[in-house]
Amino acid sequence: MPDPAEITANTVLVITAHPQMEHSRINRRMMRSASKLPATASGPVIVRDLYSLYPDYLIDVAAEQALLAQASLVVWQHPIHWYSMPPLMKLWVDDVLSFGWAYGPGGTALRGKDLWLVATTGGPEDSYHPESYNRYFFDAFLPPYEQTAALCGMRFLPPLLLHGAHRADDAQIAAHTHLFADRLATYPRWPELDELLYGLTRHVPEDARPDEPLTDTL
Amino acid sequence: MEQSSWLTGPLVYLAAAVLAVPLAKFFGLGSIIGYLAAGILIGPWGLQFVTNPQDMLHFSEFGVVLMLFLVGLELEPRRLWALRKPIFGWGSVQLFGSAALMLGVAVIAGLDWRIALVAALGLGMSSTAIGLGVLNERNLMSTSSGQSVLSVALLQDVAAIPILALLPLLAAAQAHSDGSGWVGAAKAIGVIAAIILGGRLLLRPALRWIARSDTPEIFTAASLLLVVATAALMQTVGLSMALGAFLAGVLLAESEYRRELETDIEPFKGLLLGLFFIAVGMSIDFAVVLAQPLLIAGVVLGFLLLKSFVLWGMGRAIGLPKPERPVFIILLAQGGEFGFVVFQTAAQAGVIDTPVSSLLVAAVAISMLVTPLLLVAADRWLIPLLAGQTRSTMKEIDEPQNEAVIIAGFGRYGQVVGRMLYANGIQPTVLDHDADQIETMRKFGWRVFYGDATRLDLMRTAGAAKARVLVLAIDDVERSVEAAKMVRENFPNLTIVARARNVRHYFELLDLGVTLIERETLDAALMSARSVLEQLGWERHQARTLAMRFRRHNVEQLAKTAPHLKDEAKLIAVAKQARQQLEELFAQERDEAQKRQALAGWSREDDLPGSPPAA
Repeated sequence: MPDPAEITANTVLVITAHPQMEHSRINRRMMRSASKLPATASGPVIVRDLYSLYPDYLIDVAAEQALLAQASLVVWQHPIHWYSMPPLMKLWVDDVLSFGWAYGPGGTALRGKDLWLVATTGGPEDSYHPESYNRYFFDAFLPPYEQTAALCGMRFLPPLLLHGAHRADDAQIAAHTHLFADRLATYPRWPELDELLYGLTRHVPEDARPDEPLTDTL
Repeated sequence: MEQSSWLTGPLVYLAAAVLAVPLAKFFGLGSIIGYLAAGILIGPWGLQFVTNPQDMLHFSEFGVVLMLFLVGLELEPRRLWALRKPIFGWGSVQLFGSAALMLGVAVIAGLDWRIALVAALGLGMSSTAIGLGVLNERNLMSTSSGQSVLSVALLQDVAAIPILALLPLLAAAQAHSDGSGWVGAAKAIGVIAAIILGGRLLLRPALRWIARSDTPEIFTAASLLLVVATAALMQTVGLSMALGAFLAGVLLAESEYRRELETDIEPFKGLLLGLFFIAVGMSIDFAVVLAQPLLIAGVVLGFLLLKSFVLWGMGRAIGLPKPERPVFIILLAQGGEFGFVVFQTAAQAGVIDTPVSSLLVAAVAISMLVTPLLLVAADRWLIPLLAGQTRSTMKEIDEPQNEAVIIAGFGRYGQVVGRMLYANGIQPTVLDHDADQIETMRKFGWRVFYGDATRLDLMRTAGAAKARVLVLAIDDVERSVEAAKMVRENFPNLTIVARARNVRHYFELLDLGVTLIERETLDAALMSARSVLEQLGWERHQARTLAMRFRRHNVEQLAKTAPHLKDEAKLIAVAKQARQQLEELFAQERDEAQKRQALAGWSREDDLPGSPPAA
C-alpha cells in the first residue's frame, strides 16, 4: 500500500479482481499497464489487486475506505463471471461500501466521485442478443452496477468492455490495453464527461461537482 | 561452635551449595559436581568448617530415600511393562554385563571379591541426572539413542533397590552366618508384605481422607510422613530404608495423587540429595586420593573403558545410528549418583573401608567431571567422522542437489509442508538430523538426507546456492536460529520460510531478517477458538471472520512489539495494550451494529459484524 502521506486527493483507484489471475491474458495486462502509469491528469494511480491483497477473503475495510476517500475516479476492473462480478469483488462491495459511510444516513463518503466499470466477457458481443444464447443485450446486466453507483451518489461512467475475450488475438489485446491506459491517463479530460449526470441528483449536494475538489469527505 | 552448631551447620552447607552449584553450572559441569565440590571445600580436607561428615551423612541419606520414593512414583507398572524389553533386556546387559566384566578384572587383579563386587556394581551405575540433562539439552530424547539411555537409566533405578538391600547381607556374610538370620528374614518378608498389602488397601483411602481436609501443608506433611514411616518400618527389621520408600512409591504410582505427591516431595528431595552429595564430597579422604593418583587414574580409565566396551557392543546390537553412538556411550559410561549411594551404604555396612570408598567416590566424581569434556571432544572429532561414514552407507547427501526448495527438519511440521509441495509436483530436498526418522520416512518413499542445516558445507551440497526457498522447520529453537543466521550470511538470495516455536523464537528470527515466519500453534489454536464460538452458538462464518480478524490484529501487534524485544516490562505493557485495543475494537463494532439495527428503514439483519447470537 502506498504511503498515505503521499496520497493527496484526486487519485485514480483501480480495483482489480480476477480469481484466476494466473490464467488471465487480458485483465493481467490491463492491470499492469495501469500500475505503470506515472499519474493521470487528475492525480496518481493506485492499483488494488484484490485477490492478491486478500487471498483469505479478509478485507481491510479501514484501509480500503481510506483509499476510496482520496479518489476521484474509482475503476472496477474484472472479468464478467455469470453476468456479474467475481465473488471477492462483491465481498469488497459488501464490506467497504458500508451503511452510514457510503450510503444511508451520513453515508456521503463517495458522493461526487466517478465509477468506471472496465470488464471483459468470454462470450462474443453477438451472443448478448435476444436471438442468441445469452438472450439479453449486455446492457441488461448493468443495472446493479448503475444503481450501486447511484445509491452512493457516484456518477456511473460508460463502461469499457471487451467481448469475446477468449478469442481475442494479441493485436486486439494490445489495442484494448492501450485504450484503457490512454483513458486512464487523460482522465478527467474525457469529452463525454460533461454530458453525464449523476444517478440520484437529489442526493448530490450543490457544491459537489466532479471538477471541484471535495471537502466534505472523510 | 558446639553450642550454635544447629545454626552454623545449615549456614555453612547452604552457603557452600548456593555458591558452588551455580558456579559449576556456569562451567557446564552440572549441579552434582557443584555439590561435591562444595562438600570438598567445606570438609576436613578443605576449609575444615565441618570435621565430622558422618552426622550429616546420616541425616542427608534421607534425600536418597526420598529420591527412591520418587523413582518408585515414576515407575508405573504399566509403563514398565510396555518398555520391558529395552529396560530389562538392554538395561540388564549394560549394568550386569559391565559389572561382571569389572568384577572379573578386579578379582583377577587380586582384590577381595566383596570389595570387587561393590565396586563393580557401584561403578556400573550411570548418572541419570547428567544423562537426561544432556539428552534434553541436545534434543536427543526422542531419538533411539535417547530412548536407550532412558531405558538403561530406568533399569539402574530399579536395580539399585536390590543392590542396596544386598550390601548389608555381604557384610553379614563377612561377619557371621548363624541361624538368627532366618528370624530376621521372616520378619523382613512380613514387613514387605505388610507394606504392599497396606499400600494397596489403605494408602489411597487415607490420602483421599487427608486431601479432603483441603489443607495443602497437611498433604505435604502426610507425603513426608508416608515416606518416613515406611523407611522406619523397614529399618526396624534391618532392611534398606530406600527399598521401603521405593515400594511405597510404586504402590502409589497409579493413584490419582501421584502428581501431587511428586510436587510436594520434589523440593525436599532436591535439597536433601544436595546435602547428601555435599556429605559425599566431605567424606572423600584426600590423603588416600592424593597418595595414589596413578591408582585413581587407572580405576577411572579402566572402568570407563570396560563400560564403553559393553556399551559399544550394545550400540551395535541395538542398531543405533553411528553418529549417535558416541553420546550414548559417554553418557552411560560415566559413574553416577547411585554409585555414591552404593559406596556410602557399603562403607556404613562395613563391606568396604573408608579409604576404598574414598577412592571409588573420587573415581566416580572424576568420571562425571570428565563427561562434559568427552562430549565436547566427541562433538568436535568423532561424530563428524562417523556422520561422514554413515553418509556413504545411507546414500547420503554427498552429491549436489538442485531442487528449488530445501526443507530442513522433517518432523511433524516439515512433513506437512513437504506433502503439500509433493502434491503439487515439487520435489524438495529434505534434510533431517535424526537417523531413525530418516529410515522411517524412506520406508514411505521419501527422499530424505541425513544432514544438519546449521553446517555450511552440507547446505551447500543440498543446493542452498541455487535453491529459492529454505523451509526452516527444525524443532530445536537454538539450532533453527543458528541455521537461519548461517543461511542469511552465506546465501542471502535464499528466501527463508520459518517455523517459530514461540514468540521469542519468532523475534529472534525476525531479528535475523527472516520475514516469512509462522508460529506453529497459532493457527491450530485459532481453529479451536472458532470451534468454541460455534459451540456457544455463533454462526460458523462469523466465527471464522472473527478468528481471522483476531489473527490479523495479533500479527500486526507482534510487528509493533518487535522493537521492544530487549525490554521485558515494555513488552508486557505493549501486549496488554494490544489485548485491550482488540477488546475495545470488537466491543465498539457490536455497539455500532446495534445502533445500525435501531435505525428505522435501514435495518438489515445480515450486516452485524461481531454480534453474539441473540439469546
